[in-house]
Amino acid sequence: MTLPPPLAGLALPAAVVGTIGAVAAPGFGVVLAGLALLASALWAATRRGYWVEGFGALVAAALLLRALPAVADDAGIGFWGCVLAAWLLAWHATTTLSAWQPRAAWLGRLQAVLVPLLFGLWLLVLWELIVRGAGVPSILLPAPSAIGARIAGSLPILWADFQQTYLRAVLTGYAIGCSVGFVAALLIDRSPFLTRGLLPVGNMVSALPIIGTAPIMVMWFGFDWHSKAAVVVVMTFFPMMVNTLAGLKAASRIDHDLMQTYAASYGQTLWKMRLPLAMPFVFNALKINSTLALIGAIVAEFFGSPTVGMGFRISTEIGRMNIDMVWAQITMAAVVGSASYGLIALIERGTTFWHPSYRR
Amino acid sequence: MIGWLTRTFLPVLTVLAAIVVIWYAAAIWMNQPFQRDTYVRQGVDWTLPQLVRDTWNQDRPVLPTPHQIWGELERTVFNMAPTSRRSLVYHAQITLSSTLLGFAMGTVLGILIAVGIVHVKSLDQSLMPWIIASQTVPILAIAPMIIVVLGAIGLSGLVPKAIISSYLAFFPVAVGMVKGLRSPEVLHLDLLRTYSASPWQVFWRLRWPSALPFLFPAMRVAIAIALVGAIVAELPTGAVAGLGARLLSGFYFGQTLQIWAALIVAAVLAGLLVSIVGLANRLVLWRMGMSR
Repeated sequence: MTLPPPLAGLALPAAVVGTIGAVAAPGFGVVLAGLALLASALWAATRRGYWVEGFGALVAAALLLRALPAVADDAGIGFWGCVLAAWLLAWHATTTLSAWQPRAAWLGRLQAVLVPLLFGLWLLVLWELIVRGAGVPSILLPAPSAIGARIAGSLPILWADFQQTYLRAVLTGYAIGCSVGFVAALLIDRSPFLTRGLLPVGNMVSALPIIGTAPIMVMWFGFDWHSKAAVVVVMTFFPMMVNTLAGLKAASRIDHDLMQTYAASYGQTLWKMRLPLAMPFVFNALKINSTLALIGAIVAEFFGSPTVGMGFRISTEIGRMNIDMVWAQITMAAVVGSASYGLIALIERGTTFWHPSYRR
Repeated sequence: MIGWLTRTFLPVLTVLAAIVVIWYAAAIWMNQPFQRDTYVRQGVDWTLPQLVRDTWNQDRPVLPTPHQIWGELERTVFNMAPTSRRSLVYHAQITLSSTLLGFAMGTVLGILIAVGIVHVKSLDQSLMPWIIASQTVPILAIAPMIIVVLGAIGLSGLVPKAIISSYLAFFPVAVGMVKGLRSPEVLHLDLLRTYSASPWQVFWRLRWPSALPFLFPAMRVAIAIALVGAIVAELPTGAVAGLGARLLSGFYFGQTLQIWAALIVAAVLAGLLVSIVGLANRLVLWRMGMSR
């Protein structure tokens, strides 16, 4: 289902308003952008050339970005008309692009990557245009370009924070928490009595605000990264244990019977059948834990830390109203979080390729 | 009944008893260095039973024992007017109200997003990856900044905390509802098409009812993390009330008992909220004739 044509139709008046408004006010770049938009909106309204309108919207966006210094803080109706028109055109182009059903498989894959990518790109462009065009104070929301400049300008600080928080606290805590949870599940699984007792308790603990133990851990293990790793251990342990226990139950009666007819030992059954079947559950826990671990380490740093670390940087730079540095840290955290999640998803795909959810 | 007793109650009770025993043992071990120092300073000879008794009853223990925490709870929950600033009921109610507001906002937002994703194809392709990516931003970690920034534009009190809770809560609801709204079989959708049902009718008669069994488990997850969001949102400087502020002030003044009492209240709150949603789930499914 595509969005109705009015979307493209709306872009036309917006482009007209934008062009006229731009001619009335200074700013040569905006006029050019308006003309480009006008042409592509006309094109979109009369024929089905969505490549043209998508391209036109991109060109117009580039022109508007170039014109920003001239109109900053004092953008007139021409500027906003152009922004609106460019946005509508881009929206329409994305809609048509996502409705497109290519025959070749690689084109389909390209489309699956391109649509969200364009969407995100447009989000950034709109963010930049609106923040700088309307003169939003940078304390409220800095422009993406300012955040980018801050990242590029303070790489050593970011690297030091990354080392302290991620490489030391998160990775150590994650490795310990996940492996101890896994081994605990293997041991508990040998006793049905313990399983029945620990599963409800573990499920309940998983719903608790465990992050609240952060102050206790800082009291026990000191200000350095050890206390953060301890918080991560506690946060990752229970999801891992509960998921592994559930995964070890994934083998059905008939699978067990088959292993029994092979006279397989406990170890053989575990290694050849139950653990492979449990892998989807284990990876589920690994994915949940990868985001939990980062959150736990950063929040624990709010309760005191040496003068380095992502959480420390966030809380001190807020105090100094350096919001662009905070956003640089957020960007880093988001990239690191997505990268770890993606890495685990890739490993999962390699290990559990046999699982029905990957079949085509 | 007997079956339930031996299958669930007894094992759980054993596990809980084991936890309490380990707890008391750990309290002796973790509190004894300080206690021994005290004995040396006071120049008293000590015996083992005396050491055990004293480690279990310190003023600011490294690890408080369950009965100490219970005493603190008795003092701040039951023996104090709920309106007092030192009463935990007062703080819990502040956290609870922003949790509930955030949970409500997040649930509505999640449902709206799911409806959009199911009905508009371009939203499905462009929005879904970003919704997933939105959760890799450690929002809890930047919660203090959001509080400060919203405070700068004059928003303070309940709403900023609720916004953080709703950012966390919308995700499971959106994901669950997308799955749920897509759960009707093609056969059923075809049947409604033969009735020439409008999209509106298809939604209310088929998609919505079949999505409800997915909505409630999602809401259980959502309300638990909404509570976590509200607590962390109370951590930043300036928060004077709420369970999170209680944790922070307990930390600053070394009042371990206060921290543990706040944690226990948070845990009880989480348990209550999750079971209320579970109860609502059963009630709704029973009314709709879908209970197992």
